[in-house]
Amino acid sequence: MLKDITLGQFFPGNTLAHKLDPRTKIILVVLYIVALFCARFFVSYGLVALLLVMSVKVSGVHPKALVKGLKPILFIICFTAVLNLLYTPGEALVSFWVFTITREGILQAFFMVLRLTMLIMGTFLLTYTTSPIALTDGLETLLNPLKKLHVPVHELAMIMSIALRFIPTLIEETDKIMSAQKARGADFESGNLFQRAKALVPILVPLFISAFRRADELAVAMECRCYHGGGGRTKLHVLRYAARDYFVLTGFAAVLGGVLVLAHFGL
Amino acid sequence: MRPIIRVEDLTHTYGINTPFCRSAVDGVSMEIYEGEFLGIIGHTGSGKSTLIQHLNGLLQPTSGKIYLEDRDIWAEPKKIRDVRFQVGLVFQYPEYQLFEETVYMDVAFGPKNMGLDEKEIDRRVRASLRFVGLGEDMLEKSPFDLSGGQKRRVAIAGVIAMEPKVLILDEPSAGLDPAGRRSMLENIRAYHKERGTTVVMVSHSMDEVAENVDRIVVLADAGVVMSGTPHEVFSRAQELMDVGLNVPQVTQVAMELKRRGVDIDPAVYTVADLRRALNALKRGRAGC
Amino acid sequence: MTDIIRTENLTFAYPADEGQQPHTALDGVDLTIERGSFVAVLGHNGSGKSTLAKHMNAVLLPGGGKVYVDGMDTSNEDLLLEVRSRVGMVFQNPDNQIVANVVEEDVAFGPENLGVPTAEIRQRVDSALKAVGMEAFMLHAPHHLSGGQKQRVAIAGVIAMEPQCIVLDESTAMLDPLGRREVLDTVRRLNREKGITIVLITHHMDEAAMAGRVVVMDNGKVVMDGPPREILVRMEELRAIGLDVPHTVELLHGLREDGFDVPLDAMSIQECAAAICEAL
Repeated sequence: MLKDITLGQFFPGNTLAHKLDPRTKIILVVLYIVALFCARFFVSYGLVALLLVMSVKVSGVHPKALVKGLKPILFIICFTAVLNLLYTPGEALVSFWVFTITREGILQAFFMVLRLTMLIMGTFLLTYTTSPIALTDGLETLLNPLKKLHVPVHELAMIMSIALRFIPTLIEETDKIMSAQKARGADFESGNLFQRAKALVPILVPLFISAFRRADELAVAMECRCYHGGGGRTKLHVLRYAARDYFVLTGFAAVLGGVLVLAHFGL
Repeated sequence: MRPIIRVEDLTHTYGINTPFCRSAVDGVSMEIYEGEFLGIIGHTGSGKSTLIQHLNGLLQPTSGKIYLEDRDIWAEPKKIRDVRFQVGLVFQYPEYQLFEETVYMDVAFGPKNMGLDEKEIDRRVRASLRFVGLGEDMLEKSPFDLSGGQKRRVAIAGVIAMEPKVLILDEPSAGLDPAGRRSMLENIRAYHKERGTTVVMVSHSMDEVAENVDRIVVLADAGVVMSGTPHEVFSRAQELMDVGLNVPQVTQVAMELKRRGVDIDPAVYTVADLRRALNALKRGRAGC
Repeated sequence: MTDIIRTENLTFAYPADEGQQPHTALDGVDLTIERGSFVAVLGHNGSGKSTLAKHMNAVLLPGGGKVYVDGMDTSNEDLLLEVRSRVGMVFQNPDNQIVANVVEEDVAFGPENLGVPTAEIRQRVDSALKAVGMEAFMLHAPHHLSGGQKQRVAIAGVIAMEPQCIVLDESTAMLDPLGRREVLDTVRRLNREKGITIVLITHHMDEAAMAGRVVVMDNGKVVMDGPPREILVRMEELRAIGLDVPHTVELLHGLREDGFDVPLDAMSIQECAAAICEAL
């Protein structure tokens, strides 16, 4: 069950989407999100969707893997959809009890669902095609100017990359501990909210203890490999923009431009 | 002998519809007999962990059936918890599941979930700690202050306290030093003898299995490749090696002796047996 | 200089909880590890063998006495990076020493910290992965690897720092027989082909049997030191300190009692069978 969560997982590959500079990809995702939030109607949404479909195609990531990534936030998507459906004023279509479903409501709900789904899929595509190290590397370099303001950019990037590295390990561990407690008759599925929260103690205590132990051992292992902060570090992969980066960036910028124009005309 | 657990054509496939899709157990049928000490061996990835998690209903078969005392354990999915009380499963490195403030409370977790009364819980906690070789002075200690070996014993006691009809232990001696390993196995043997209930031990150490169990099931590549008494299994030592498993050192020596023309049964697996066989051989030779 | 590591009257005690005696883990250890040798350090849990290992690259600093790595005093803080790049360490739990999400990035972590130029890092990563036979997994995510493979990646991460010595602190304890063989074959090859000194901390007797020298620890002291053929046959003494002997040795001991004329040090399967044949 927990193993199904694909958050933060990286599918290695050798496609254009994998080869792009991580900085480019982060900027692309930002452009994509801006475009998504500027889109107004079918045509502009269609354009952004086309961009997503093309990116997925290029990345070679199986669409099913993207759809699966939606599972954890399915509830939020449904919730916003229902809210939008019921609380958007406009031309009433159906009315029952205190609720009125309007034409605008249906559209609004549809676009909201589309926006959220595409938002998640787009960002997941980034994590699926970019190794977390490259991702943090990209962020670190993009944020480098902040070092002048004494923001510990390297440390933050390191924290993030280690967190990402240990997500699968800790998920696996949670699964194991849950199984072990279930084998002793622990019940996580029944009872009221309070009972359920209490039932988590046998999972959380061992999980925290193990996370601390891991942190401790990892810190020693890192020190043994001469880690001493960001000073004087070199990199295996030095980030360098290639022609393809400029090319794709221009493409995405053009789409954003297009969306802005379309949205301006309410399309 | 009556089978207490019967596995019928069990298949379990992980990650259906993902790039990581694979069958960890594929068409396994086997029996576990009442009161026996069974060893399951196989290297990592042979499917043994997946198999044992089906025996107490932690995993649900993709296809196939598990019978506990002739009842399909998934006949009433709501009652699967009862199956877990009857088939106690001790995971690998079980010390990482401890969570309570005291040893007593941790061992009592299982019995409490069974809904037993205080008096019965108390009796079981004390009895199971005795089985794993821990004294009463441990009861009020925090499990996190104990040594690694002691923690593992507390965790095993936590499962024994449910007084299961079948006790399954996954690699109970992993990571222990030789003395710790020896005493852990002694405790398990004593538990089996005293309680007379079924014990299943999963291991990848041939030596350990050979010296302790009545019967062995060998898993490889998600299926059962062999089963029988240790003697039967080790008489097919070459096949074991072919699937990447070790054979006890003693058996290897006997095989090598046989290869050198010594008239000896190569399927011996304990030092004492080989010693006896060699002595008999020598006496025989001296006679002629 | 022929010694890569030298300890002089090394003592160490872990700080105690309130009101209790500090726990002495090392009690006057004098030990020299020769360059290019393969040394196994044996002992039961709590014998001090891991504490000793952690002194070999300044993870722990001596409570008393001295530790020298390649002639450098490990308590000199200015030499810390030097010391650690000469003696690499591989730990018990493979999951807790892999920093990165991709194999090659993890192997590069050490050289990156040392400030090695990018082109050279690439070259070191490639040759390190090749040395442990993991080059095919360069772009894999570590959590999809087996235990033995993860440990080989960890070893590659150490090799990429071009150390003179690798200390394996119970690195095989959590592995299955297959994984153990992978790791042991790897370090044996590194020792033979690259002349890297190996210190193998273990409680598996059969692993000790393949070393050139066995050091047995008990109670924070070195109690035996010599070639495996001399050490691993001392059944009574080893059992008394919670260790064991290979089954072959146990068999030979038994046969000797029964009046067979067999040597005790025929440890390998082949030797043991040959010796028995001889005596029959």
